[in-house]
Amino acid sequence: MSACAFPSLPTRARRSWTAWAVGLAVALAALVLVAPALRWLFWDATWVGQSRAACGPAGACWAMITARAPQILLGFYPAGHGWRVGLAVAMLAVGLAPLAWRRRAGLTMLTAPVGALACLALMGGAGILPSVPSAYWGGLALNLIVGAVSAIFALPIGILLSLARRSTLPVIRILASAYVEAVRAAPLIVVLFAAAVLVPLLIPPQWSLDKLTRAIVAITFFEAAYMAEAVRGGLMAVPQGQREAARALGLKGWQVLVFVVLPQALRTATPALVNSFIGLLKDTSLIYVIGVLDITGVLRNAVSDYAWQGLEPEAYIFVGLTFWLLCFGLSRWSAALERRAARAQGAPS
Amino acid sequence: MARRARAFAVCAALSLLTACGDPGSAVDGPPPKAVGVEGAPAVLGAAGAGQGRTLAAVRARGYLVCGVQQGLIGFAYADNTGRWRGFDTDFCRATAAAIFGRADAARFVPTSSTERLTVLQAGEADVLWRNTSATFSRDAKFDFAGVNYYDGQAFMVRRALGVTHAAQLNGARVCIQTGSTSELNLTDYFRAHKLTYEPVVFDTEDKARAAYGREQCDVYTADLSNLAAARATLARPDDHLILPEVISKEPLGPVVRQGDDGWGNVVRWTLNAMILAEELGVTSANVDAQRQHADNPEIRRLLGAEPGYGAMIGLSDDFAYQLIKQVGNYGEVFDRNLGAATPLKIERGLNGLWSAQPAGLIYAPPMR
Repeated sequence: MSACAFPSLPTRARRSWTAWAVGLAVALAALVLVAPALRWLFWDATWVGQSRAACGPAGACWAMITARAPQILLGFYPAGHGWRVGLAVAMLAVGLAPLAWRRRAGLTMLTAPVGALACLALMGGAGILPSVPSAYWGGLALNLIVGAVSAIFALPIGILLSLARRSTLPVIRILASAYVEAVRAAPLIVVLFAAAVLVPLLIPPQWSLDKLTRAIVAITFFEAAYMAEAVRGGLMAVPQGQREAARALGLKGWQVLVFVVLPQALRTATPALVNSFIGLLKDTSLIYVIGVLDITGVLRNAVSDYAWQGLEPEAYIFVGLTFWLLCFGLSRWSAALERRAARAQGAPS
Repeated sequence: MARRARAFAVCAALSLLTACGDPGSAVDGPPPKAVGVEGAPAVLGAAGAGQGRTLAAVRARGYLVCGVQQGLIGFAYADNTGRWRGFDTDFCRATAAAIFGRADAARFVPTSSTERLTVLQAGEADVLWRNTSATFSRDAKFDFAGVNYYDGQAFMVRRALGVTHAAQLNGARVCIQTGSTSELNLTDYFRAHKLTYEPVVFDTEDKARAAYGREQCDVYTADLSNLAAARATLARPDDHLILPEVISKEPLGPVVRQGDDGWGNVVRWTLNAMILAEELGVTSANVDAQRQHADNPEIRRLLGAEPGYGAMIGLSDDFAYQLIKQVGNYGEVFDRNLGAATPLKIERGLNGLWSAQPAGLIYAPPMR
């Protein structure tokens, strides 16, 4: 419409001129702005060394990242026991393996929590291996394990909550709604402080869990409220006709739910669930406030070492990049899932 | 059906499958230095532990657990190999040496400022060596086993200004974190001295520090240890001067649970022994010779050449010898972590010995 206001020049020609001009300007600006950044990030950067003294004055000092790679990945897990973190993560993976089999994916709801528990037990010693107190857990592995374990346990709780919110029994409905609304109104950092500072005052010491476990439990129940809302959206999107048709085929109430309604609801809810999981994964860095050294904490600790003093920019750029990679990967994965789900839906069964 | 059910679990989980590679592969890399995993799970002395119970629990466990900073330059940080270093961690190692005769029988739990006292109360640490200010309200619920660092708020200026005393700061622009205790102290100090200033406020200390670096203000004010750390990160540390006036009291010391005086004694006399050693000229280098040849009866009592003293607080008679030999006296620990040889270049000042010139506040009762 507005293009018609310039009748003197053919629209297409004018647009291409503008496009060229804008393109050129942007390219120039990029060259001016991005080139020095790239030089600092890569060309002038130092990659290997044991202290800041090894780094040149012009570029980034990535030597800190390479020199501390084990800490950044595993925290202060004792020497010679790093394999336990690897195995723990592998157990999580095995628990999630049914996802790869199209017909057995539902099993994940059962195997994933088992894997998550095994993973925590292995890192904690399980009474067989020497115990490693959670104060030694840390680094990126901790972000991943806290995020994954919380999500694995939050999903079933979230499903129950979303069903409770749609219950025909007013008491259950109101309780579930109150829980979801209350939790969603609280910032995670407040929930974590409560878990770290308030809970030990209310529970006798001999019953107390260690502070990382308390944090994982708190994050699980926090995340459950968000997942409940995502699942509720999915439930609302399942047409009433599906339920009626299932009942007409003679399925019982729970069979309708488990075999007809939930699978469709969860498929619809997948993007929202992934979205909330991405948020959760980034939020795991908040556990720094309860004294746990996750990837952010380990790097903040690193820059308090005389050897790496003043390298905050490198530390935060690295953390940002790591989280970006994780979250971008997740969102690509979610997109692929959606495409596959759309194909499955479109195909004749 | 099963195919569809996959969708939900995938979202929560698959990040893991991709993520699994990272920590797994790290196991092959150079592992962090041993913090040791032998021994029973940490079942520490319960809150409000009775007389001597904490010491017994620590002995039974085989290692001491100290709550430390999550990372504070000079005071507590991990080096490239994962070994904790710093002023506070050295005191923790000294406590372990006093109890076990082994400085390496110490383990460190990083704690945030919000939950450090909860960690102690819940028994997740035996003692906090974590620059905690002794205050009335904290002392009401916990016990401070001495002061190992007298901190306090001070001012930093650029040398080019030619200012050497706080009295010359009339009309200065001061970078300050808003809503902090430092801001209140600043207001009080300038009002009390009938000086004016122009506050340049920021919501975090980092920003205030950065603004000072950009010369948006003439003065930066914070606790002395923070000022020293800030100065060390500036482009030219030697161009900046920390003024001698200290306008607030922040006595930092080790914290223990109330109700176990015996344990308080162990921590207190770890610190006292280090102070006495400096006062008596006993260092990690000469402690063996002193123990054998010293005639000074106080040195003989301190190092266990005269028997019976360590036993009074449930330790072996050579507890002070062990901690001085393995960690050092107060001055050595100060110099190693904070002193002129480090980038922080903190002067002894208030943390000098009472007997030094000029005198400081570091003072220990006699070993008798």
